[in-house]
Amino acid sequence: MTTATKNEWPLWEVFVRSKAGLDHKHCGSLHAADAKMALQLAREVYTRRQEGTSVWVVLSSQIVASDPGEKGMLFDPMEDKVYRHPTFYELPDSVNHM
Amino acid sequence: MSTPSIKVGSSAPVHYLLRIADACLILSQRLGEWCGHGPILEEDLALANMALDLIGQARGLLTHAARLDGQGHDEDQLAFLRDERQYFNPVLMELPRGDFAFTVARNFAAASWLLLLWQRLQASSDAEVAAIAGKAVKEAAYHQQHAADWFLRLADGTDESRARLQAALGEQWPLFNELFASDAVDEAAAASSLGPRWSELRADWQAALDEVMAEAGLPAPKASAYVSAGRLGVHSEHMGHMLAEMQYLQRAYPGGVW
Repeated sequence: MTTATKNEWPLWEVFVRSKAGLDHKHCGSLHAADAKMALQLAREVYTRRQEGTSVWVVLSSQIVASDPGEKGMLFDPMEDKVYRHPTFYELPDSVNHM
Repeated sequence: MSTPSIKVGSSAPVHYLLRIADACLILSQRLGEWCGHGPILEEDLALANMALDLIGQARGLLTHAARLDGQGHDEDQLAFLRDERQYFNPVLMELPRGDFAFTVARNFAAASWLLLLWQRLQASSDAEVAAIAGKAVKEAAYHQQHAADWFLRLADGTDESRARLQAALGEQWPLFNELFASDAVDEAAAASSLGPRWSELRADWQAALDEVMAEAGLPAPKASAYVSAGRLGVHSEHMGHMLAEMQYLQRAYPGGVW
């Protein structure tokens, strides 16, 4: 690791909820020294056009990701199982965001 | 620069409002200068965001002051076509942006002051001013928190960041007095319940500053009896240079808009 990378502030992933009732959506990442700064900077960078009512930040290093090499094994078997989609049901009009 | 300058009348309420409007306008211009120069991209945005908040506050007050002044001027003319002696912001706001520590120290002092001012102005006898204050108070609260956060980070950071913050405070300290100076304009505003005497804000402002300085473990610079007079139109040598840049577009292209 070079000195430059070692001195770099850690990377944080930013999730913004656009309005109450909706889920937080990943919208980007930023560098910050700690959680407090990450929240504040996320507010500056990602909510300046009224995009949000709530912000989550999480250290990027804390995210555990699936191995792209295992994509076939993990996800392809679901290709032919259309019956798992809830498309065979009628949803009442009053149910949103499904 | 051939566009003629304008002058406002001597009405006390107009001057009272312009002092605050100009404080926001001039500090906004200084914060805007950070655009492209912030220590990190996100902070660059933060300073620009705050500059825009301040412009919004200034616009509201300038428009209202222009109406009270009754000469048919608009916010743009008041913002860009007055001469130096017709700007009434405290001198603190016009000092060059300095380094990041200087900006953080000034932002903390200014935001704490504006927050107290806006809180009181919410109860102004002038409904328009009360409405502007109602919106501004949230913005100022955020600006204060943002500055306090950096204040502590710089104080707890490296020897370099701490020394720079201490130096910035030393430089700004004598200029804080003006934020609480009283005179006839101030007295008239208090009498008509337009807004508070600035002197009434001092105790709460000092408490906010003492708190953050204690947490940062920074000693207070030596007290000074000097009171700058920007609110009377008497500015530092920096003001003219700043206005030349700020007014260039409106002077060169009168009435120019986006």
